[in-house]
Amino acid sequence: MTATLATPRRAPAASAGARRRVVALVVAVVAVLLAVLLSLAFGSRPVTVDQVVEGITTWLRGETPTDIGAIAVQSRIPRTVVALLAGSALALSGALMQAITRNPLADPGILGVNTGAALAVVIGIAFFGLSSAAGYLVLALIGAFVTAFFVYFVGSVGPGGTTPIKLALAGAATTAALSSLVAAILLPRQAVMDEFRYWQVGNVGRADWGSLGVVLPVLVIGTIVALLCASALNALALGDDVAVGLGVHVGRIRVVAAVAGVGLCAAVTAIAGPIGFVGLMVPHAVRLVAGTDQRWLLPLSALGGAVLLTLADTIGRVIGSPGEVEAGIITAFLGAPVLIAIARRTRMKAL
Amino acid sequence: MSAQHEIRTEQLRSGYGARVVVDGVDLVVPSGRISVIVGANACGKSTLLKTIARLLPAQDGAVVLDGRRIDTIPTKELARTLGLLPQQPVAPEGIVVTDLVGRGRHPHQKLFRPWTTADDQAVTSAMAAAGVLDLADRAVDELSGGQRQRVWIAMALAQSTDVLLLDEPTTFLDVSHQIEVLDLLTDLNRTRGTTIVMVLHDINLAARYADHMVALRAGRVVADGPPHAVVTAELVREVFALDSLVVPDPVSGAPMVLPRGRHHVGIAPGGALDGVADPSSAAASLAPALSSALSPTSDVLERP
Repeated sequence: MTATLATPRRAPAASAGARRRVVALVVAVVAVLLAVLLSLAFGSRPVTVDQVVEGITTWLRGETPTDIGAIAVQSRIPRTVVALLAGSALALSGALMQAITRNPLADPGILGVNTGAALAVVIGIAFFGLSSAAGYLVLALIGAFVTAFFVYFVGSVGPGGTTPIKLALAGAATTAALSSLVAAILLPRQAVMDEFRYWQVGNVGRADWGSLGVVLPVLVIGTIVALLCASALNALALGDDVAVGLGVHVGRIRVVAAVAGVGLCAAVTAIAGPIGFVGLMVPHAVRLVAGTDQRWLLPLSALGGAVLLTLADTIGRVIGSPGEVEAGIITAFLGAPVLIAIARRTRMKAL
Repeated sequence: MSAQHEIRTEQLRSGYGARVVVDGVDLVVPSGRISVIVGANACGKSTLLKTIARLLPAQDGAVVLDGRRIDTIPTKELARTLGLLPQQPVAPEGIVVTDLVGRGRHPHQKLFRPWTTADDQAVTSAMAAAGVLDLADRAVDELSGGQRQRVWIAMALAQSTDVLLLDEPTTFLDVSHQIEVLDLLTDLNRTRGTTIVMVLHDINLAARYADHMVALRAGRVVADGPPHAVVTAELVREVFALDSLVVPDPVSGAPMVLPRGRHHVGIAPGGALDGVADPSSAAASLAPALSSALSPTSDVLERP
């Protein structure tokens, strides 16, 4: 081997991978805009392009339109915003959890967030007669965070500190235990079961500006923190020892990223119920297309998640017309074929 | 050229919980040289390297870099001086070579100014030095063991540190790839002046490539110095509990250990070595005979 130390002309970063990532970014941004338009234009009431435009422009001016179609369009704005934010938060949360646990198939619920939120809501309904959306929101947030901290604590005891495998095991064990508690409380109580079932199916349509306002700070801070963690998470992906060698505070970055991930997922669960699959599938699909670099993976996942959940909500409204099929049900139906298609097209090389 | 750095350990003790593996090690790493830590399995050589690399905290004593205890230096600042390649690092699935090497730039990046042309240049020259430029767009999991190790070394080089610590960089490589990796590290040392500290399993390769050797037994330094002073039959017996003959390596002239097991101890035609009891006198008197006896096979050790 020759040790050529001269600087070659071509920077290796300007490679095929980089071009793919830029294309993916452009496609994702266009897809978000498209998804927003579709979400405003489609629903149980068909509207014309003019009515969409009028709905948006009057909303921007803070007016209420007289046209019934434009009113329908305006009424779709809150749920579209919620779907965008919730989808991007779930996908970001999934990408963070996958990075922290170094498990490409981890989902945001891996630290027991969803089950913790569910248990808190069930306890609230069964023992405290809770039935308000605001009450669910607060309980779900508390339940999610308490569970995540418990799992993190259990995953950190013993020699070697927090390791990805211990976290995943602690999460799985806690989820199993809490799920059986939820079942134990629900089974003898038919009325509670009905109430809970409404909460349990993820649905962005139930959120409004008020509940969004409560969790918006969590979503904003969580997103910023997640994006700032990207470079350190890149180092962490090479293993704890290499990461330490690269000057990363391994324990600190894991806690910070976990808090951001839990916050994002818990906030969405609180306003829209547990929505599965987005957090698992979107980062995974993005990784297949754009590679493992977190500085691209995180923002692309956020965009992809927004697209998926907004489209899922729109489709749910169209096929369920005049009612709706909840977005939480559609995501898996919509996402699974996409994931399979992407995995097949990339020749399985990354798997 | 790399700047001079003084690394030493002072009465260093470390280990895992209550189990003390390295105990009372005083060591000075010569700047700009290749130092190799040798010893039997579980003697604490990897633990010593990990403690120097701050992967393990010192339970007592200290690791000192340029007069500062390393546990008082911010880890990112330390990462600009001290590079590290652990044993058997695992690459994330699907990562391509350029991306992996680029991650070596982490300690040089700031929060809001992530990637610069300086980073690009460092990555490119690291890949050129490690001979992996033509693998730039390949997935790391598709590479052979030797290529993969060169990619990891390129990652450590992209970190642009004056000191490089490596834990058994030749494990699981076949003999030609072992030589390739060690030649590459020697190139770096000679051309950039990088101080290299590594743990090696193979005492003969260690003796050949080291400027400075450190022999450990049960967590303590038994001998350190140039290979000629360290690798002796007595030391091999003390460190590895192995009877052996130490002769000059006919290729490099470095000391070479020929273990004496319970079988195959005579040279088959003639049996000239059979029954030699005293290894040190044997080494002196039989070295010329032995080196000529070995010469037909010595080309195995040379690069093809």
